[in-house]
This record gives sequence, structure tokens and C-alpha cells, in this order.
Amino acid sequence: MKYRKEKAMKLLFFLAACVSAAAVILICIFLFASGIPAIREIGVFRFLLGTKWKPANNLYGIFPMIVGSLYVTGGALLIGVPVGILTAVFMARFCPKYIYKGLKTAVNLMAGIPSVVYGFFGLVVIVPFVRENFGGRGMSVLTASVLLGLMILPTVISVSETSIGAVPENYYEGGLALGASHERSVFYTVLPAAKSGIFAGVVLGIGRAVGETMAVMMVAGNQAVIPDGILSGVRTLTTNIVLEMGYSADLHREALIGTAVVLFVFILVVNLALSLFKRRVK
Amino acid sequence: MVRNLKRKWLAYERDPKSFFLLFSVWFAAFLTMFALLFIIAYILIKGIPNLSPELFDVRYTTENVSLLPALINTLLITLLSLLFAVPVGIGAAIYLTEYAGRGNKLVRIAGITAETLSGIPSIVYGLFGSLFFVKYLGLGLSLLSGALTLSIMILPLIMRTTEESLRSVPDSYREGSFGLGAGKLRTVFSIVLPCAVPGILSGVILGIGRIVGESAALIFTAGTVAEIATSIFSSARTLSVHMYSISGEGLYIDQTYATAVVLLAVVILINWLSALAVKKTGGKKTDG
Repeated sequence: MKYRKEKAMKLLFFLAACVSAAAVILICIFLFASGIPAIREIGVFRFLLGTKWKPANNLYGIFPMIVGSLYVTGGALLIGVPVGILTAVFMARFCPKYIYKGLKTAVNLMAGIPSVVYGFFGLVVIVPFVRENFGGRGMSVLTASVLLGLMILPTVISVSETSIGAVPENYYEGGLALGASHERSVFYTVLPAAKSGIFAGVVLGIGRAVGETMAVMMVAGNQAVIPDGILSGVRTLTTNIVLEMGYSADLHREALIGTAVVLFVFILVVNLALSLFKRRVK
Repeated sequence: MVRNLKRKWLAYERDPKSFFLLFSVWFAAFLTMFALLFIIAYILIKGIPNLSPELFDVRYTTENVSLLPALINTLLITLLSLLFAVPVGIGAAIYLTEYAGRGNKLVRIAGITAETLSGIPSIVYGLFGSLFFVKYLGLGLSLLSGALTLSIMILPLIMRTTEESLRSVPDSYREGSFGLGAGKLRTVFSIVLPCAVPGILSGVILGIGRIVGESAALIFTAGTVAEIATSIFSSARTLSVHMYSISGEGLYIDQTYATAVVLLAVVILINWLSALAVKKTGGKKTDG
């Protein structure tokens, strides 16, 4: 009897351990089964490289959205990565104890703020600011980049800080012993040693920026054309789905699922690259 | 003291690059702190005056966009998601740490798939949920569909934190339990799991944080009906979705600020609780 109970529970635990794998398989099946036929019907190249997204005219080219996602993510990295890494360096090596606790709490809190709140803040603060100081309508690549840059900060900071903290102390001391100042020692010996961890943080940040939906939708303007400057509106892959999913049907709907497939594959490639990189470093 | 500062200053004068580096790290940290404080202060200052008692009415109408129904729905969907995700996540972690031997294939597969799941954007979860739970399983736009979608989303988080805290339980505890004649199951449930509770709790709290903040995954699974859900099969919006919906209409800016305040308060509370749980585990922190 007792033996049977042990066996049964072991089986239950085993099944639970299989759930995550099953979920990934299910997600792949359902996305690909609904997305791939549409992509095939539209034509892979016409879908990926077509510059016109006009569902009313049966034109489904997602190139503007791919470019939009890349622009916005690039902009977010330009803002979020330098500030994030420098803040991480500060927290790991420069921070007085009494500031550390507050800063750590702040970073954790930043990671927890819902994206709608970020989006709303962008809408009422950053959009008018950009409109008044840089011109344009305010809803632009620039606005979305600034907002996303803020949103990826906590990811970049916490991963980088952990890896900077993990660098052996004698690297730093070696730098000091050779006559380098505290700053030079940190930046020229500790930081290069933490390179791979920082890189991982940046990749996670890319994942977050590419996948962000609601906040971007509220501030980016959402025109489905390739933006011709940082002040013109932009639509990303994620927002394309949310904007039109509600009223779409047939091929239009499947084209949107196709958009999700492209997004999904992109994220998978990024993740795969990261895990390959991690393995190589090990 | 003064002489010390003076000496430092002279050193920096001779080495402007060091000074520049020092300046830039302080500046970056200041910027980060400033951004967060600005966001929070702005929302609080604009929102708190708009926190009227009518916003906590049980009924939602177009004249009075009450947030109470959404708040209750958030609570319901959180409980429901945890109901699915926590047992599965803990069970999976138990199998991976206590049962699977070294070099077990499933450990690797589970690790890779959990990592994949945690990287998938929430809108993709939303689409999957609407294809699988809403359409294929025929659950419709409902609390249940939303909760199932979210539970897949937070599963990797709960699995990973539980796994980590189970691994940190010393083997001597298990050996002691076996030595006293306890079976594997009893050892797991009465010795190992209790030791890992604070770690598991911090994972659960992080999961709650994600659920509360989620909107993209819920719009097409739980829907946007602004009333208190009467059953798990009725469509309902959570607080984040509610805030998104009323911010888009342009008529309810004041109410949106107020809703943002409530959301922020919930998030701050969750962060505080998770810090508490982390403190109990002895300062070990898992980033979610």
C-alpha cells in the first residue's frame, strides 16, 4: 500500500515536470499550425519583406513592423544599456552602504511596475515632452525608445550587478597594486571580467524590449509604415497583433498569428544564441 | 577630513579619466533613481486627489468607471492561476531535485523549456491562450482561460525558485530522515519542503506580481468585461486591463491616474512582501 502511494506520487511529480515541455510543444503546434498556412498563402517573401500592410486590400507585408521593432529595440538599448551598466557598476563597486539598500529596492520596484503604468506615464509625460521639444506628434520612435529604455533598466542592472559582484576580489586588488586608481581598476580589470554576464543581461533586455506590447502601443503612434525618422510614428510586431486581433477574421487573423510566429521565432533565436554563448563561456 | 578630500581632489586632477568614470557612475545611478521617483511621484500626485469613494463602488457604469470589480477580478484570477501553477511548479521542482538522478535527460529538457517559456512575450501567450483555451478547448473568453494562460506564464518562475530552494536544503537533513526510517515521500513533505518554504514563497510572490501587472496576455483570453465575474466561465477584466481600457478612451484621465495609484500600491505591497520573504531565506535573491 505504502509502496503504491510512493509510486503514484513519483508519477505525479514526473508529470508535473513534463508540463513545461508540453506547454512549449503546445504553443509551437498551435502558433505554427495557424500561422504557417497563412504565411504560405501570402508568400514567405511577400509576408516578410512586403512593405504594405493593408488588410482591406489583402496586402499583408510585415516588413514595416519588423523594422519598427528593430528601431525601437535599438533605441531602447542605446538608452538603457549604458545607464544600466553604469548603475550596476555603481551598485557593485561605488555605492555607499546607506544608498545601496534604497537603490536595490528602487530597481526591484522598477521591475515590478506594470507595463500599462509605464505606458500611461509615457503617454502623459514623455509624449507631450517630445512633442513640445522636438516637434512631430510626440508619438514616435524616440518616445517608445525612451520608455522602453526605462523598462529594460532593471533587467540590465540586476543581471550585470550580479556578474560584476561575482568577479574575484583579487582582480580588483591586482589593479590597485599596479598603481591604478579605484575607478580605473574597476573599469579596466573588473568590468572586462564580468563581460559575459553583462552580455546576458543585455540579451534579456532585448527580449523584454522586443516583447513589450502595451506600453509601446500607448506611445508609438502605431502607423503601419516604415518610419522615416526618429520623430515619426512606428508600429512594432507586438502592437500589430493587439491592435487588430479584436476585429480580424480569416486570412487577416491568420496573418496576425503569422506575425506572432515571426516574433516567437525571433525570441527563440535570441534565447538560443544566449544559451550557446553561455555554454561557450563555461 | 578636509586634507583627505583635498588629496583626493589633487589625484583626480592628475587623472581626469578616473574623475570622469566616477562622475558617470554617480550620474547613471542618479538617473535611475530619479526616473523611478519621478514616475511614482507623478502618478501619486496626480492620482491620489482623484481617489474618490465612488471608484470603489461595486458596480461599473459608463458614468462611474469603478475599479472595484476589476480589483476583485484581479484577486480571483490570481488565486485561480496560483491554484494551477503552484502545485505543478512545486511538483516539477520536487521531481527534478529529489527524484531525477544526475544527468537525467528530463532535467535538461525541463530546464531548457522553462527558460524558453520565460522568454516568450506576453502577447504570444495571449494569442496561444485564445487559440488553445478559448477556441480549441471551448472555454470562451473567461476567467478560467485567462488564469490557465497566466499559470503557464508564471510556471517557470515558480519552478526555478522552488528548485533553487530545494537544492539549498542540506543533504544531511534527507539522510537523517531516511536514517530514522522515513520513506522518500515523507522525507520530501515533512523535512525538505518545510525548509524550502520561504524560497518558494518568494517565487510565488514574484508570480503574483507578474499576474497583477499583466495585460497583453489577458485581453484575448479573459476579455474586458468590467463587472465582477460570477463564475470562472464569465469574462472579466483585471485591474491592469481596466486601466488600459479606460486610458484609451480619453474621457477618464483622472480615473486612470487613480487606478494607476491603486496598481502601484499593490505592486509596492508585493515588493515589500517579497523582500520580507527574501530576508527569511537569508538574503538569497532570485531575480524574476
